[in-house]
Amino acid sequence: MLTKEATTMTQEKPILRIENISKTLGGKEILKSVSLSLKKGELKVLIGPSGAGKSTLLQCINFLLPPDSGRVWLDGVEIQNRRKRDLYAFRQQVGMIFQDFNLFDHLDALENVAIALRKVKKMRRPEARDRAMAELERVGLEDKINLYPAELSGGQKQRVSIARALAMDPKIMLLDEPTSALDPELIGEVLSVIRDLAHGGMTMILATHQIAFTRSLAHEVIFLENGIILEQGTPAELLSPDACTRSKDFCSRLDDLCEEKG
Amino acid sequence: MFDTLSAILEALPYLLEGALVTVGIVIGAMGIGLIIGIHMAVGQIYGNRAVRWAVGFYVWFFRGVPVLVLLFLFYFGLFALIGLNLSAFAASILVLGMTTAAYQSQIFRGAMLSLPRGQFQAAKALGMSDLTAIISIILPQALRFSIPAWSNEYSIILKDSALAFVLGTSEIMARSHFVASRTYHHLPLYITAGCLYFILTWLGVRALLKLEEKVRIPGYAH
Ligand SMILES: Nc1ncnc2c1ncn2[C@@H]1O[C@H](COP(=O)(O)OP(=O)(O)OP(=O)(O)O)[C@@H](O)[C@H]1O
Ligand SMILES: [Mg+2]
Repeated sequence: MLTKEATTMTQEKPILRIENISKTLGGKEILKSVSLSLKKGELKVLIGPSGAGKSTLLQCINFLLPPDSGRVWLDGVEIQNRRKRDLYAFRQQVGMIFQDFNLFDHLDALENVAIALRKVKKMRRPEARDRAMAELERVGLEDKINLYPAELSGGQKQRVSIARALAMDPKIMLLDEPTSALDPELIGEVLSVIRDLAHGGMTMILATHQIAFTRSLAHEVIFLENGIILEQGTPAELLSPDACTRSKDFCSRLDDLCEEKG
Repeated sequence: MFDTLSAILEALPYLLEGALVTVGIVIGAMGIGLIIGIHMAVGQIYGNRAVRWAVGFYVWFFRGVPVLVLLFLFYFGLFALIGLNLSAFAASILVLGMTTAAYQSQIFRGAMLSLPRGQFQAAKALGMSDLTAIISIILPQALRFSIPAWSNEYSIILKDSALAFVLGTSEIMARSHFVASRTYHHLPLYITAGCLYFILTWLGVRALLKLEEKVRIPGYAH
């Protein structure tokens, strides 16, 4: 059974809440009691150096990596990840986007989106395909539905993977550096899909190094380092040129790097 | 010369019937091996310790003992012991099937392990159970990649099926031997037997190559 969380809060309840998530991997403490919460429609951006634990945190939230300790609530209901049915039902409501897309190589774009509708939501094939078609249209790929992953560009693959997640009607989305594996000229098309999602009110946690994007769209920036949330605040507070924060230092170093490359 | 030719021609219908028996043994054995092999591969990768140990033991046993010994062991020994009264034909299928299952499980296991891990993660992130992800995402790809090695296994089992002769299964080898020892045309008959195996190997390998092409994932370069 799911346990209802007693809510004493007067303001709007968070849609997702995680509390004291810890995770040790290979003898090293990767996450040290991390807590955060999101309200409906919020976009929180996770930044931090490589190895900070961003991917680990996102994977702990949907239990792809079971945390050693900590609790997760969705819509006020605590997730009992040991109960398989509850876990699978929870994961359906949490869309996940990976850095390297992870499309199903043996299925074309349409089936990549439709398969979970059929196998998880038990939709019938024609309805699943209709729904998949609609999601692919939403990410601008209506003319690519019959291409296989190996025939798509990186940006197109990532858009298929976003369509695949959206088809499940998730309540929140976790995006793990969705543009990091892309050639610079393909980043824009993916960011623009994510921007549309944000404007459409999708609740998201986004790990990214795209600072300009973060400045313009994030409701909150979370700076993670060595498995600890060091700083947390609005982009204005943390990233403005005169802010004396670790986040700003980190981001200006990133900007320098970009300039060197460019 | 004419003598030889007529001996072959006379024996040919009889030998071709034997070829059907051989084909039956091979299809049966490969089918059993496919079904058991897939389950064992999944068990060895995703199963708990007991399952992994059991599969490991099975593979170790069937790969470690010669097929000839296995045929005798099961047909005259174990099957009789458990009161299973099988024909030589059925026993040959079963023993060869169990043997190829050990090899096939390792073919499938290798193919499954060679898939990028991320697809399994992505499937689970969509709410699929492990089993659903294995059935709809992992196996369709792993089985495709297994076809070349499976084709190799087919040609081995086809030739191993000649050993079924020792149980009295009336396949190509048994019939060639029978006719040869009666007519003393040893050379022409065993050449004919060899040719039949050669043709069956060629047909099977070709069919599997066709299958491989048919199910190739578009755009996928190896
Ligand atoms: N399976 C594992 N076993 C041991 N250590 C691991 C494992 N997975 C990750 N780590 C370690 O955990 C740390 C955090 O990894 P994580 O992938 O979460 O970082 P990240 O913030 O996402 O970095 P990046 O920006 O490079 O993606 C790293 O030091 C990594 O080496
Ligand atoms: Mg990462």
